[in-house]
Amino acid sequence: MEKTWNNKAWFLVLPVLVLVAFSAVIPLMTVVNYSVQDTFGNNQFFWAGTDWFVEILTSPRFWDALWRNLIFSAVILAIEVPLGILIALNMPKHGPGVPVCLVLMALPLLIPWNVVGTIWQVFGRVDIGLLGYFLNSLGISYNYTQNTAHAWATVIVMDVWHWTSLVVLLCYAGLVSIPDAYYQAARIDGASRWSVFRHIQLPKMKRVLLIAVLLRFMDSFMIYTEPFVVTGGGPGNSTTFLSIDLVKMAIGQFDLGPAAAMSIIYFLIILLLSWVFYTVMTQSDAEQS
Amino acid sequence: MARISLEHIRHAYSPRAKAAGDYALKEVHHDWEDGGAYALLGPSGCGKTTLLNIISGLLHPSDGRILFDGRDVTELSTEERNIAQVFQFPVVYDTMTVFDNLAFPLRNRKVPEAEVEKRVNEILEMTDLAGMAKRRAQRLTADQKQKISLGRGLVRANVNAILFDEPLTVIDPHMKWVLRSQLKRLHRQSRFTMVYVTHDQTEALTFADKVVVMHDGQIVQIGTPAELFERPSHTFVGYFIGSPGMNFMPASVEGVTARVGDQTIALANAPILRSDGKIELGIRPEFIKLGRDGMPVTINKVEDIGRQKIVRATFCGQPLSIVLAEDDDIPTDAKVSFDQHAIGIFSDSWRVENRSSRQGG
Repeated sequence: MEKTWNNKAWFLVLPVLVLVAFSAVIPLMTVVNYSVQDTFGNNQFFWAGTDWFVEILTSPRFWDALWRNLIFSAVILAIEVPLGILIALNMPKHGPGVPVCLVLMALPLLIPWNVVGTIWQVFGRVDIGLLGYFLNSLGISYNYTQNTAHAWATVIVMDVWHWTSLVVLLCYAGLVSIPDAYYQAARIDGASRWSVFRHIQLPKMKRVLLIAVLLRFMDSFMIYTEPFVVTGGGPGNSTTFLSIDLVKMAIGQFDLGPAAAMSIIYFLIILLLSWVFYTVMTQSDAEQS
Repeated sequence: MARISLEHIRHAYSPRAKAAGDYALKEVHHDWEDGGAYALLGPSGCGKTTLLNIISGLLHPSDGRILFDGRDVTELSTEERNIAQVFQFPVVYDTMTVFDNLAFPLRNRKVPEAEVEKRVNEILEMTDLAGMAKRRAQRLTADQKQKISLGRGLVRANVNAILFDEPLTVIDPHMKWVLRSQLKRLHRQSRFTMVYVTHDQTEALTFADKVVVMHDGQIVQIGTPAELFERPSHTFVGYFIGSPGMNFMPASVEGVTARVGDQTIALANAPILRSDGKIELGIRPEFIKLGRDGMPVTINKVEDIGRQKIVRATFCGQPLSIVLAEDDDIPTDAKVSFDQHAIGIFSDSWRVENRSSRQGG
């Protein structure tokens, strides 16, 4: 069959091109524009070249925020993934418990992020918060606005509360797709509980788990709203993650040039890590098929 | 190896079952002899798999007891009962090689590795998988995977029984024959008690010494293939076994004669009728003669299926199937006659015994 060429087809992709231009390309290019110039307002710009990039990459402030963010992501992944699997394994597969559990699990995911932050901000307060007041009445001098460890613990517990459900729901979806015959065969074969997990459940959950890990990593690496509302990045800079630092720099200090340079570096880090995850995922798929 | 006794087993999937209709399995009371090869035959949804899962312990029956060699095992787990079971669809452990898959049930039971090696190699040989022992099980085709499932059922040396739940559904027809005869051979060598669930009568009749026919949650007949064919004890067995199935027509019986429509048919013996239930006369298509003498019949259609001809006819307003040999002629203005000894009388679907058979034995 002969191919017919029709350039009118380009008109059909035009709307999407315009949309992507306005939603992604133009803002990104604006940021690139800012990152190589200096401004003092009044729409006056001076060429700065790579100065801002050098400044960011040599500033301890950036590296501190990056490390803080990597540690935060590692900690919440180390908690949420095993915990999510554990909860998913123990959720009922049949009966009236299923919708109840699913709704309970979905609840934290339905709450807007700033509301989650506000809930925990109030919950942890020493004077009126249930958690803060209770811990202090037990003799634990808990105060997330003054103690770094308490601030970290609060932000991590909040993230676990907010997002473990996502891991649970994804794992649960993987688990319920396993036919009963697998469990029956395992019982006939005399498999232990651990063998069932290792050889039946884990292999069937592998794909959804990789997606869960990817999503949780990306989200936690870009976390902004919840810690901003609870701790505001403090005490000191102890919970200032990359995005909080970025906003402080751009809107707090109005250092548009360095902030733009930092945005681009931030963007490239996320792009790189996404690529790593994607490669790992597709390779393990290729190994399977 | 064990003799398996089912004592008044009933099962309902809903815990609130009351009426008989709520039970997937209605009262099964039956012994499976040690070393027997049984086929459990019946249409889909008749309770075959339920019965099998109750024997293996995957299901706990709502009522009744299960005994292995007289020992009550009703409360024992699948593993304690020491039973092997093969399922309808392939179950393989994707993370393991073919060899490890087959070794899995043995290693779980702490069988010495030398013995594992020996048993697994035997099974690999039997299922024709020897060439792929070291391959990951995931990349295999459906029938290779099913052979692994089958192999895992056969690999253990000291099981009480091996249960097969339609194990050859996904295997292609040629391989089916090969595997079935290998199972048969294995049974002769090992004398394991084997129960083979199927809805395919050919499979049931070739595999088993005794065929157990189930219908609507009950066992309707247990017998050798010949018994099922010649003396079905229920109309269901009559038309489920044989192709085409048995002909049944409403009849009335008086002494040694039966009346169908306006025709009178002589019976070999007088049946003993106890109830006033619905009386039917049954005869297999193979025992009907088509010739110049006999009762009038209208021939509607002749199907040539190769070595046989199936004649679809109408007799006294009832459909009638007749099987003729390939080279039998069908006379014009044909008449039918029934082989007296092949006629069965059924009352409310159950076969009615006659005087001579009662006296004789």
